[in-house]
Amino acid sequence: MRAPLLIIALLLAAAVLPPIFASGYQLFQLTLVAAYAVAILGLNLVTGFNGQVSLGHGAFFAVGSYVTAILMDRWDVPYWATLPPAALICAALGFLIGLPALRLGGLYLALTTLALAAATPQILKYRLLESWTGGVQGIVILKPDAPFGLKLSGDAWLYLFTLAVATLLFALTANLVRGRIGRAMIAIRDQPLAAEAMGIDLAMFKTRTFAVSAMLTGVAGSLAAVAIGFVSPDSFSAALSITFFVGMVVGGGASIAGAVFGAAFIQFVPNIADQVSKSAPGAVYGVILIACIFLLPQGVAGLLRHTKRA
Amino acid sequence: MTDPLLRVAGLHGGYGATKVLHGIDFAVDEGGVTTLLGANGAGKTTTLRAISGMIRTTGEIVFAGRPIARLPTEAIAAAGIAHVPDGRGTFSELTVEENLRLGAWRRRDDIRPDLERMFGYFPRLRQRLRQQAGTLSGGEQQMLAIARALLLRPKLLLLDEPSFGLAPLIVRDIFAILRTVIAQEGTSVLVVEQNASLALAIADRAYLLETGRIVLSGPAAEIGRDEAVRRSYLGY
Amino acid sequence: MDGLLHQIFSGIATGGIYAAVALALVMIYQSTHHVNFAQGEMAMFSTFIALTLIQAGLSYWLAFVATVAISFVLGALIQRVLLHPLANAPVLASVGVFIGLMLILNALAGWLFGTTLKTFPSPFGAGPAMGGYVSRHELGSTSVTLLVLISVWAFFRFTRLGLAMRAAAFNPASSRLVGIPVARMLALGWGLAAAIGAVAGMMVAPVVFLDPNMMAGVLLYAFAGALLGGITSPLGAVIGGFLVGIIENLAGAYVVGTELKLAVALVIIVAVLVLKPSGLFGRTVTSRV
Repeated sequence: MRAPLLIIALLLAAAVLPPIFASGYQLFQLTLVAAYAVAILGLNLVTGFNGQVSLGHGAFFAVGSYVTAILMDRWDVPYWATLPPAALICAALGFLIGLPALRLGGLYLALTTLALAAATPQILKYRLLESWTGGVQGIVILKPDAPFGLKLSGDAWLYLFTLAVATLLFALTANLVRGRIGRAMIAIRDQPLAAEAMGIDLAMFKTRTFAVSAMLTGVAGSLAAVAIGFVSPDSFSAALSITFFVGMVVGGGASIAGAVFGAAFIQFVPNIADQVSKSAPGAVYGVILIACIFLLPQGVAGLLRHTKRA
Repeated sequence: MTDPLLRVAGLHGGYGATKVLHGIDFAVDEGGVTTLLGANGAGKTTTLRAISGMIRTTGEIVFAGRPIARLPTEAIAAAGIAHVPDGRGTFSELTVEENLRLGAWRRRDDIRPDLERMFGYFPRLRQRLRQQAGTLSGGEQQMLAIARALLLRPKLLLLDEPSFGLAPLIVRDIFAILRTVIAQEGTSVLVVEQNASLALAIADRAYLLETGRIVLSGPAAEIGRDEAVRRSYLGY
Repeated sequence: MDGLLHQIFSGIATGGIYAAVALALVMIYQSTHHVNFAQGEMAMFSTFIALTLIQAGLSYWLAFVATVAISFVLGALIQRVLLHPLANAPVLASVGVFIGLMLILNALAGWLFGTTLKTFPSPFGAGPAMGGYVSRHELGSTSVTLLVLISVWAFFRFTRLGLAMRAAAFNPASSRLVGIPVARMLALGWGLAAAIGAVAGMMVAPVVFLDPNMMAGVLLYAFAGALLGGITSPLGAVIGGFLVGIIENLAGAYVVGTELKLAVALVIIVAVLVLKPSGLFGRTVTSRV
């Protein structure tokens, strides 16, 4: 099961190369891919591995982004120090949302999270929160420079920083799903009655998984906010949640590596499709999503696994 | 010799990778009661499901001269096979009356005379007409299931363990009514039972099923006298 | 007092729209245990079809009837082509297909009909009615949705086909045994749900204007309505839809203002899940994990 460490090491070595030759904008795009990969990894944990469909992970991404932006903007907290509070707040929020919805199982989580995703921009714009969130205007934050006098551009540093955090989170998550907890997640997805008979408290377990999942996606939001240097309510519409969902299915549910493919997909495919027509990204997402479900139920990651075996 | 109403030959089938039936051959004659006996897990229920097209099978099933093995369940029902499934298949959320109307769903003619006849057999159902079927007692649900099946006006009635889960007194009632119903309706019946003595008492012909194969067949009276059957299935 | 009454009446009018969409959702949920996340976009697309027909010169009511018929056929087709093969697939697959369908319909509508807001005619006019408590359109649209809801109820309650559709939803195995073609009933159910959604779309469009995102909010309120009334109960979903319409209007007028309207849907959903998961009229939810 364990992917050969050599391959992972080679991929990581390749991943640190872009700062040498890529342009600032390309580095920025790759930084977002790394952040999106973490976001999709979070979604994949609860939806792919644990089988509980969330259509609202954009909300946690938004909260992570805003926690970082508010801490940096109002209290001059350094960007890296905003990640732990963002993670904690998103985990707590995930727990609170998951608790009532996951007690009931089935599609209740999907319904609740979709409503959460739809309400997010309105809540962020709400006037009583405006002094914190900046209302419709959002918050502009300063892009950090490379520390320790390193001779790196800001873009290059942020890329490497994001890559490092993402790598750490991927390693931790991979470790988590390979162990006892991961097996329980999959058991709950595939054999809920048997899992319950084995003494697992389904609702609590699913809720905890959801909290961890929200935490990962929240940290991803923090990373993206720093990279973009700006947060505003309308960049966190329900469409963002749907985009993560599409990325997860296309990359491959219940696959750690799938999150990376999914992230690359949602970062680059809309740009290509956009050149065809303004409505094209949605249509492309929709068609590829349905095609994946019928033809490629394991996503891109599954396809690669099969070609390797064949 | 006339063709039987239902002829099953070389029937294999099961659930997914689990094979339950390993080449079954038997026949149901027109106008008679045939019973399939066997222990739990022998494949009795699976055989009925195979006839109704509820599971994938290979082999031959010919009903009234027509191969039906490849037909969908609803077409098999339309061809004249009514099936009282295990667990009785009650539409619990619907009323007793609606359950009965569903039994006659394929028919376009007036079902009132038939309904009246059913109330003659099962007077209890008339009192419960507006009640949710799920609230009926087990015995009442069994009666409802039989009435529902008969309203299809089937040529063949498949009964899956009519005694299952019922108190002995109720079972006796139900089998007494069944005997009357079979005599008066003239429907051919294939009944599957764990309770062999009950089944043999109303059957003309019997087959013994063991782990997916027919191991014994003959007139019900003869089977009932068989030493091995008596020891294993009749308990004396 | 007048203000309050006015808010309640117009809440009933929008509630009728939610009730109709909630009913469509519950119909599909009961027969397949799927929640059709594309229900709103299907209704939006239907409304664009109606507008196209009206602009082509058809009279309003002719276009109305034609749209309902076209939506019925499209809904049944979608079930046959996309959902039928997924009957036993995991939840993620069905949700994925619904989301895909939602994205495609939304993009297709933008591509075919444009993304700008469009006015949609009301056959009832815009003036006041009933002494000014409601507008003529509100009165008319509430009557139409009520008429639709009553007809749907009568269809399920009194017709042979309606009985078969209910039976197929509750107990597909037994339904096949009595000779009901269950697959066809599911397609009919989808057709009917799409037709009901189309009516809701045509009734709400004159109020909110027509664009590809018109039904996004309506769908959420319909979810809230369906959960509030009980997702296992069609009548509950209808009542829930009306209640949500009233709650939304009152909350908008007196509590949170219009800027937080979508959060109201979220609050209702969470409140129902916490306080009464089976909804007001639903059967107790057994955890179908």
